[in-house]
Amino acid sequence: MKFAFYPGCVSRGGCPELYSAANLVCDKLGIELEEMPGASCTGAGVLQEKNRLLGDILNARTFAMAEKIGSPIMTICSTCQGVMAQARHRMNADADYLEEINSHLADEDLHFSGDIEIKHLLWVLIEDYGLEKLLPLVTKPLKGMRLSPFYGCYIVRPTEALQTDDNPERKVALETLIEALGATLVDFEGKTRCCGFPILTINPKNSMAMVAKHTAEVKDLGSDAMVTPCPLCHLNLDGFQPKAASQAGRSIDMPIIHLPQMIGMALGIAPKDLGMKRHIVSTQKLELKLQEA
Amino acid sequence: MNVTIKVKRFDADAEKPESYWEEFTTEVADNATVLDALIQVREDQDGTLSLRCSCRSAICGSCAMRINGQGGLACKTPAVDAVIDGTITVEPAGNMPVIKDLVTNFDGFWDKINQVTPYLQPQGPEPEAEYIASNESMLHLSGVTACIMCGSCVSDCTVLEVDPTFLGPAALAKAYRFTADPRDGDEDGVSLDRLKDLGQKSGMWDCTRCMACVTACPKGVDPMDRIMALREQAMDAGLTNNNGARHAEAFVELVGHSGSLDELKLPVKTVGIFNVPALLSYVPVGIRSLRRGKLPSLFHKKIEGVENVRRLVKKLEK
Ligand code: SF4
Ligand code: SF4
Ligand code: FES
Repeated sequence: MKFAFYPGCVSRGGCPELYSAANLVCDKLGIELEEMPGASCTGAGVLQEKNRLLGDILNARTFAMAEKIGSPIMTICSTCQGVMAQARHRMNADADYLEEINSHLADEDLHFSGDIEIKHLLWVLIEDYGLEKLLPLVTKPLKGMRLSPFYGCYIVRPTEALQTDDNPERKVALETLIEALGATLVDFEGKTRCCGFPILTINPKNSMAMVAKHTAEVKDLGSDAMVTPCPLCHLNLDGFQPKAASQAGRSIDMPIIHLPQMIGMALGIAPKDLGMKRHIVSTQKLELKLQEA
Repeated sequence: MNVTIKVKRFDADAEKPESYWEEFTTEVADNATVLDALIQVREDQDGTLSLRCSCRSAICGSCAMRINGQGGLACKTPAVDAVIDGTITVEPAGNMPVIKDLVTNFDGFWDKINQVTPYLQPQGPEPEAEYIASNESMLHLSGVTACIMCGSCVSDCTVLEVDPTFLGPAALAKAYRFTADPRDGDEDGVSLDRLKDLGQKSGMWDCTRCMACVTACPKGVDPMDRIMALREQAMDAGLTNNNGARHAEAFVELVGHSGSLDELKLPVKTVGIFNVPALLSYVPVGIRSLRRGKLPSLFHKKIEGVENVRRLVKKLEK
């Protein structure tokens, strides 16, 4: 099983532990990853605000590179996943638009056919790799851990671009994995809401209110940690949690872990190698539970 | 078809107003909507179950509620599609005070629509005859005028959840209906005053782009896309002295420079280099991150063949 790997900027910038954890996990599972060193940022939806065409061209460029490799794309970021899926959706629906975009790629001798599979590791594990192959490799079931899912907007909406109706298992992929790995699912409504990251520098007060709302809610439900497939959610929910807690006037102390860190723990990879020390909110208590399990 | 419907009930006038869940099972036709099922329950089992409806065909906008946690019209949702594990779960629309059961108070909704001055305000010299608007511009606007003011988008907006002062998706989409109308604003159809107003706090820049409103809207109005279009109009009109516009512009610039995003530079560019207090507010996080080895490298690595990305950005820069 091979993928053209698109790690995204944040997994190599603000959340380097995600990048190494994802590589360790895929290595252990025998998922081959080939990176595209020339691929650019997806634009994260922000660049698209100013110039959608430019954003779509940059993504088509990445798609064309993956087509050269001859493998589907794998992402490890909800935002990358969503922005790419939306770009593909627009090109797929409009042949003239695709042609216009390809005209800009010609200089680099690249061409995008108009359709390519783009899948987050979360979906790959369930749809391609399969739980039946994953579970026998679990050496440390996450027994006794109480985990809450947090998806990130871009991997949930809009459903057409993300092809959710054709793949209904995507709606509950995180919950499925949490339970399959032996942890107790602590479900909550906020799991598909916004983490507040996009307005962090624009309206910090609202952004912090969102962080506090979600993390405090699962805290009060008795969760040990939140699991997210999105490094931008991680940056906000983990990195800004102390600030959010002080704005909310309460303590929260809710560890936020990346999806590959959860998988890695269950596969027996040491938390230290998964970069858990790099988080702002300590994962120490969670790691103790892992030892007990 | 037998359906079980779980309703969140509430009565503001009760002695001790408290919401609670109640389940009903009822027999409906196979092609019944969620609204049909609710009406059936009200007719046969509990006459006190309160809900709003009129047209029953997705025109009047009365029956918005949360169905399985998602805002939408009860009369447009087939009951058979809404059954999850044998049950349809129905709650009143979110982000509005509940009056009784599924009936919410829309005062705040209308206040916000009024806040965006929902009528044409031409500023240029009056034409001799009627105002002329191109067919394309009107066709484009028909996407927004399709709004039936149902409030489904407002129900699910993630910003309104934490900040009730936010104008919200319906009012901002309504505002776009005027800023994008060639008859509104100056001779060139630029609605500068409106865009200035909408750029204030609680306006267009406060949207998180979470797309909840896009999913909730039963009429394809796509409020978030209209908000993005408002931002583009504002930037095109030169209204760039705010964090939101600086954020979008800095993003293009940074990606154009190295091909990937430099998170360390983004806050500086967004809040502006002279906004010292705001910059300082990022410092605690910066220091905490540094201690954990988390801060992005100061020397942001450029991607391979970055000149190709630079060329594209340059070619397409507006
Ligand atoms: S996209 Fe913006 S307006 Fe729409 S629901 Fe999300 S925050 Fe609200
Ligand atoms: S934009 Fe859509 S969801 Fe919002 S009020 Fe109008 S019709 Fe309803
Ligand atoms: S009853 Fe009129 S929109 Fe549903």
